[in-house]
Amino acid sequence: MRLLDEQSIEDIAVGATILGTGGGGDPYIGKLMAIDAVLEHGPVKLIEPCDVDDDALVIPVAMMGAPTVLVEKIPRGDEIFEAFGALERRFGRKAVATMSIEAGGVNSTIPLAVAARLGMPVVDCDGMGRAFPEIQMVVPHLYGVKATPMAMADEKGNFVMLETIDNFWTEKISRAVTVVMGGSAIIALYAMTGKQLKEATVYGSLTLAETIGRTLREAKQAKKNPVKELLKLVRGYELFRGKIIDVVRRTVAGFARGEARFEGIDDYAGHELIIQFQNENLVAIKDGRIIATVPDLITVLEIETGLPITTEGLRYGYRVTVIGIPCNPKWRTPKALEVVGPRYFGYDIDYVPIEERVKEVIG
Amino acid sequence: MMSLRIGIDVGGTHTDAVILDEKNRLVYAVKTPTTPDVTLGILNALNGVLRGSGVDPEDVEAAMLGTTHCTNAIVERKRLAKVGVIRIGKPATLAVKPLRTFPADLRRAVGEIWTIVAGGHEYDGREITPLNEEEIRRAAGKMRDEGCEAIAICSVFSPVSPDHEKRAAEIVEEEFGRKAPITLSYEIGSIGLLERENAAVLNAAVVKVAEAAINAFEKAMREAGLHKAKLFLTQNDGTLMSADYARKYPIRTVASGPTNSIRGAAFLTQLNDCVVVDIGGTTTLVGVLVRGFPRESAVAVEIGGVRTNFRMPDLIAVGCGGGTLVRRYDGDVEIGPQSLGYELVNRGLAWGGDTLTTTDIALAAGYAKIDDPRCDPARVKHLDGSLIAKAVAKIVNTVENAVDRMKTSAEPVPMVLVGGGGIIIPPSHYDKLKGVSKVIRPEHFQYANAIGAAIAQVSGEVDRIFMLDRISREEALKTAKEMAIREAINAGAKPDTVQVVEVDEIPLAYLPGNAIRIRVKAAGSLAI
Repeated sequence: MRLLDEQSIEDIAVGATILGTGGGGDPYIGKLMAIDAVLEHGPVKLIEPCDVDDDALVIPVAMMGAPTVLVEKIPRGDEIFEAFGALERRFGRKAVATMSIEAGGVNSTIPLAVAARLGMPVVDCDGMGRAFPEIQMVVPHLYGVKATPMAMADEKGNFVMLETIDNFWTEKISRAVTVVMGGSAIIALYAMTGKQLKEATVYGSLTLAETIGRTLREAKQAKKNPVKELLKLVRGYELFRGKIIDVVRRTVAGFARGEARFEGIDDYAGHELIIQFQNENLVAIKDGRIIATVPDLITVLEIETGLPITTEGLRYGYRVTVIGIPCNPKWRTPKALEVVGPRYFGYDIDYVPIEERVKEVIG
Repeated sequence: MMSLRIGIDVGGTHTDAVILDEKNRLVYAVKTPTTPDVTLGILNALNGVLRGSGVDPEDVEAAMLGTTHCTNAIVERKRLAKVGVIRIGKPATLAVKPLRTFPADLRRAVGEIWTIVAGGHEYDGREITPLNEEEIRRAAGKMRDEGCEAIAICSVFSPVSPDHEKRAAEIVEEEFGRKAPITLSYEIGSIGLLERENAAVLNAAVVKVAEAAINAFEKAMREAGLHKAKLFLTQNDGTLMSADYARKYPIRTVASGPTNSIRGAAFLTQLNDCVVVDIGGTTTLVGVLVRGFPRESAVAVEIGGVRTNFRMPDLIAVGCGGGTLVRRYDGDVEIGPQSLGYELVNRGLAWGGDTLTTTDIALAAGYAKIDDPRCDPARVKHLDGSLIAKAVAKIVNTVENAVDRMKTSAEPVPMVLVGGGGIIIPPSHYDKLKGVSKVIRPEHFQYANAIGAAIAQVSGEVDRIFMLDRISREEALKTAKEMAIREAINAGAKPDTVQVVEVDEIPLAYLPGNAIRIRVKAAGSLAI
């Protein structure tokens, strides 16, 4: 067990944006909420999955909806409390902790804000190890954990309890409820026992996000190359260094799809990289050959500072380093790839782990 | 009878004034030192240009002023008003309080008086909850008793529906009895509650300063015999606002300096789409002109340490100017970012000092000339050829990279070079710069900023969310454009000159129903 203070939260927010692989929403508001909650109620306890008893209850919390709405209609901060309590009553016992269901983006920090106010520890794990757009795209889903009973709450005091036949229906119905609630909602879902949590989550996600943030911060102070330090830490690959020369975007049913093209610089001069994205970066193609695909992480970093650039922030002229990070092995089974593989997102591509792709393309 | 305009722009070192005739020809220009009390320098420039030109003050129809009063007040945390902040959004938004992201000293300077009341809208225009008028009345009364000098009102999703902000303003006016200036956030910022609220608070805080500055300038205009001339202030986006509007929304002036410079540079070359490179003593500032206006920054901009989201020109500054240090380093050469600044003329090698600068390199390479008897190029003769070549290459490369970062496509574009530090770019490279079709160094480039103020246009802007399941994208765009054009005409543009100059569409991610945010700007010539 250790305590997360203001600096930890700052670092987690930076790391979470890298794990967000271009999407997941800016953690800025979640960060401010978490820091204010910590300043008022004291630091958040971070516990290990092994600290949770097998039959104890853990309920993750998150924000659902449009990040653009979140930055305008900032949450109340305590909207989920009542719904959280209702979930506990539904299970017939108190939750011993909460956790992040999505360590990439804004949902890294929302659980910290809720935990500080509830005086509840946060488990150092999450449901993805990155960001994904839909409710069933989490490791617990692969292990048969149901998202429901799920609670959704808005700032007005409305809360909705959902029971569905499967997690795909949960996605559809909860998305519609989010719209009615005004485009964003605070949710509690995927309640798990300690036993389920130990089997069906990605371990160490918050510590990883924090370490990434701290590494970039310290590299800057020590005038070291932040990207190099980052790659060492996450065992990632430098896929490309280049300049953005074109970004094309279009929206299809709430998804900002698009493509960014990069022209190589330095050692990569004369080469080209293309990233295809749908809120998150999904496929990277170097000189016509696929070099990384979802569920492995593809992140675009500003070349000097190593700070991440989201898909919304991609713009002509940026000098960037594109990195790839192997996803959690739990995403690499055939069943997992049905849920989050390139084909689910509409690409006619077989998933090959980034380690092999990189070896093939770069040698 | 002539129709003249005066443009005045306050810079860090100089306050410049120009007179243009009805055909936008330069009649007269002066450069005067910027004074610690900015108003004094402005008055000197005004009187200097009137006296020097000998024009009949009765012929001057408009005066355009670009000033740093508000920027300085915020940065120095001086002369700021005590602001009462009313946020409308309860029960939403309670998790992050108003002024939360202000630096502590600035928070103290504006008084730390705020309240959050019930109201606000959803992204699609529905009310979150009805406006609680009683709460506002009570808050306003309390703010009056606590001595607030200005009020900032910010409601959730006011860029979509400003109704609650407008109604709250009526109530505050009734309660205050005397006139306290009221800032409505929807007038200055776009979506992003904290950033827009911050901008509204900063605006309210500088209303007093702006009022005093504008009054002083209007008095000076009358004393100088400018009885017919109307006063306008230039805004961040390169367009004008009337003196009355500027009294209410002075925050719109904070980045007008660089903008005026970019617009002026473009005007002098008659280009509408180009890159403008302004090289001073310490920095190279690069901006982009798109259809006659500076491209605006897409990211949050900090002013005085506060994150805001009103539109600012998209600029990059790199540490490479005429006074920038050049150092040998492991057989290589390093440029900046440190600079001698105004001390170049004491400490630069060519002036007999001991510090090697970019200007010394330009002199040694033989492509620069400096009109200053104290500067002797012989003092840099000893510099070795490879050092000079490497340093020149670095300077050129730095500017090329900055230009390239600002371009929006790979096509070569024309580049306008202004600023006194521009001499560090070798003219032999003017047709060889990477990504640049040609370099133009126009006549009168040293007055680009004041000229930019004098030629400024009038604009109108909308930024709102449309639901594409209710109307088509084309209808939404058409509505937004019509609104922007109407705004421009209301702001004083000649209707037949108004054109849409910018359209932005941003889809709302992770939300079905195809909500889209559309931002449109229209601009036209000032109706005098």
